[in-house]
Amino acid sequence: MATYIHALYNDDDRLIDGAKKVREQGFSIKEVFSPFPVHGIDKVMGLKRTRISICCFIYGCTGFSLAFWMIWYMLIKDWPIDIGGKPNFTWYHNIPSWIPVLFEATIFCSAHGMALTLLFRSWLFPGVTPKNPDPRTTDDHFLMVLPAHSEEDELKLIATANATGAVEVKKVHL
Amino acid sequence: MSHHESNIREPLLLGKKTYHQITEDVARPVEGKANNYWWLMLTFAIIAWIWGIWCMAYCVGRGIGTWGLNRTIFWGWDITNFVWWIGIGHAGTLISAVLCLFRQRWRLTINRSAEAMTIFAVMCAAIFPVLHMGRPWLAYFVFPLPNQFGSLWVNFNSPLLWDVFAISTYFTVSLVFWYLGLIPDFAMIRDRAIDKGRKLFYTLLSFGWSGRAKDWQRYEEVSLVLAGIATPLVFSVHSIVSSDFATGVVRGWHSTIYPPYFVAGAIFSGMAMVLTLVIIGRKVLNLEEYITIQHVDTMNRVMLTMGAVVGIAYFVEFFMAWYSGDPNESFIYLSWNNAKGVYGWAFWSLIICNILLPQILWVKKYRRNLYITFILSIVINIGMWFERFCIIVTDLYRDYIPSDWTYYRPTFVEVGTYVGTLGMFFTFFLIFARWFPFIAQAELKTTLKATGDLYHNPPRRLTHNEEALVPQNS
Repeated sequence: MATYIHALYNDDDRLIDGAKKVREQGFSIKEVFSPFPVHGIDKVMGLKRTRISICCFIYGCTGFSLAFWMIWYMLIKDWPIDIGGKPNFTWYHNIPSWIPVLFEATIFCSAHGMALTLLFRSWLFPGVTPKNPDPRTTDDHFLMVLPAHSEEDELKLIATANATGAVEVKKVHL
Repeated sequence: MSHHESNIREPLLLGKKTYHQITEDVARPVEGKANNYWWLMLTFAIIAWIWGIWCMAYCVGRGIGTWGLNRTIFWGWDITNFVWWIGIGHAGTLISAVLCLFRQRWRLTINRSAEAMTIFAVMCAAIFPVLHMGRPWLAYFVFPLPNQFGSLWVNFNSPLLWDVFAISTYFTVSLVFWYLGLIPDFAMIRDRAIDKGRKLFYTLLSFGWSGRAKDWQRYEEVSLVLAGIATPLVFSVHSIVSSDFATGVVRGWHSTIYPPYFVAGAIFSGMAMVLTLVIIGRKVLNLEEYITIQHVDTMNRVMLTMGAVVGIAYFVEFFMAWYSGDPNESFIYLSWNNAKGVYGWAFWSLIICNILLPQILWVKKYRRNLYITFILSIVINIGMWFERFCIIVTDLYRDYIPSDWTYYRPTFVEVGTYVGTLGMFFTFFLIFARWFPFIAQAELKTTLKATGDLYHNPPRRLTHNEEALVPQNS
C-alpha cells in the first residue's frame, strides 16, 4: 500500500513554489491537478516536452500525400476528363489547381489527427471517470500528489507543504 | 510564472474577480433558470426556423423553379446568403486562432461565443449550396466517390469542389477546436453539479477531464498548434469562396483582388455579428464585468480597420472598372452605371452601410457607446449582405446582349429560407448560451493575475475587504 500526501493550494504561484521546494529536497511529484494550465509546473515536475506537435506534422504529411495520390488517381490515371479542351493527362500541368484541395486535406488530417492523439494519449472519451481526487481542482484549487515512502518522508513533505502555504494537507493510502 | 501586463492598459476583468468568482459567474447561467427574455427569443427563433424548414421543404418538393432566379441571374439570394454566413463565421476563427497567436488577452472572454457563432454560421451557410443543387438528396455527389455511371470522378480543377473541401475542413476543424476548449469548462460544471442528471450530462461531455499536469501540457500544445493551422485555414476558406467568382469569366467577378477583399469583408461582417451577440449576451447573462467597454472598443477598432480595407478594395474595383475603358466593365457592381441603374438602391445601401456609417468609429466616444455599437453592428451586417447581393446580382443582370437584360426579385421561398437560417442560428446560439459555459473560464483564469482588476498593476490602494481576497504571497 502506497502512501501519498495530497497538498492542496489555492494559488498557482504558491503551488509552483511548493513544487520547487519539494523537488529541491529530492522528492518526486506524482501528479498535479489544476483548474487551468499552470505555466512552468511541467518543468518543475520533470515532465518531458510533449511530442504531439511532431505527430501533427506527420499527420499533415500523410494528409498531403494521400490527397495528392487521390487526385492524381482520379483525375490523371483513372479517368482524365477533357474540360474545355484541356484534358488532364499530365499531373504537372494540373498541379496549380490542386493546391487548394491539397492544402485543405493537409489541414484536415493534421488537425484531426492531433486532436485524436490528444484524446487517446490523455484517455479522454465520453464515459471516462474523472480522476481528480478533489472536485475543487477544476474550480480554484491546485492539488499536488506526493508519494511518500517512509514516515520520515511523510513528515518532511507535510512540513514543506504547510510551509509553502498549502491550505489543506492530507495523507492518503492507496 | 509571469503575470506582467503593461501599466497603461486598462484591466480587462472588472469587479475584483478571484478564480472562484470566475467559476461562479460562468457557471451561473448554466446552473440557474432561464429568464423570460431567453424564452421569448427562443420562441421567435424556433418559429422562424420552422418557417424556414417549411420553405426548404417546399423548394425541395417543387424544385428551385420556386425561386426568383432567371436567365442570366442564375445565382441570387441563395449564394448571397451562403457567402454572408460563411463570412460571419470567419470572425470566430480570427478571434480564437489569429488573436491567440498574437497573444491578445482580450479575446479570452469572447472567443467561446465567437467560435460557437462560427460553427452555427457555417451550418447555416451549407444549407444554401445544397438546396441550390436542385436535387439535394444527391448532394453526396460532391464527394470523391466512385459511382455507378462510369468512373466519373469529381473535378479537382473546379473552385466549387475546392469549396466542398474548404468548408468541410473549416467546419470540422472549428468544431474540434471549440470542443477541445470546452472540455475543461464542462469538467468544472461537472464537479460543481449537485443533481444527478446534470452531473451525468456534463461527465459525458467533459470526456473524464481531470486537469492533470501532463494533460494540460498536451492540451496547451494542441491549442497552440491548432491556432497555427486554423489561421491559414480561415484565410484559405474565404479565398476559395471568392474563387467561385474570381475564376468565372464574368465581368465584375473575374477580379484578382477578390481573395484578400473577401477575407477582409468576412472579418468585417463577422466582427459585427460577434458584437451583436456579445452585447446582448453580456447583458442577459450578467457578464458585463467580463465583456467590458474596453472589449467593445477593441472589437470596434478591428472592425474599423477591416472596414477601411474593404473600402480600399471597393475603390480599387470602382477605379479599375472605369480605368479599363471597357464598356462591359462599366456595368459592374461598383460602377456609376450600377449606381444610377435599377439596382441603385442596393448599391447605395452597400456604400452607406459599409463605408459611410462605420466612419463614426473614429470617434472614441462612439466606439465605447454600446447602443451605437449595437446598431452599427447590425447596419454593417446589412451592408455586407448587400455587398454580396451586389456582387452576384448586379454583375449578372446586365449581360452582354441587351435583350437579356433583366431584373431579379426573390420569392417568398428564398426569403423564408433565409429567415429560417437566421432562426436556426439563433436557436442554436440561445441553447449554447444556456447550457454551455459562455466564457472560456479555464483559459481566462491563466490571465487573471495579468488583466484582473484585483491584481492590476500598478496596484491601486486596496480597500480592507479587497486585501482579504488577495492571496498573501502573490
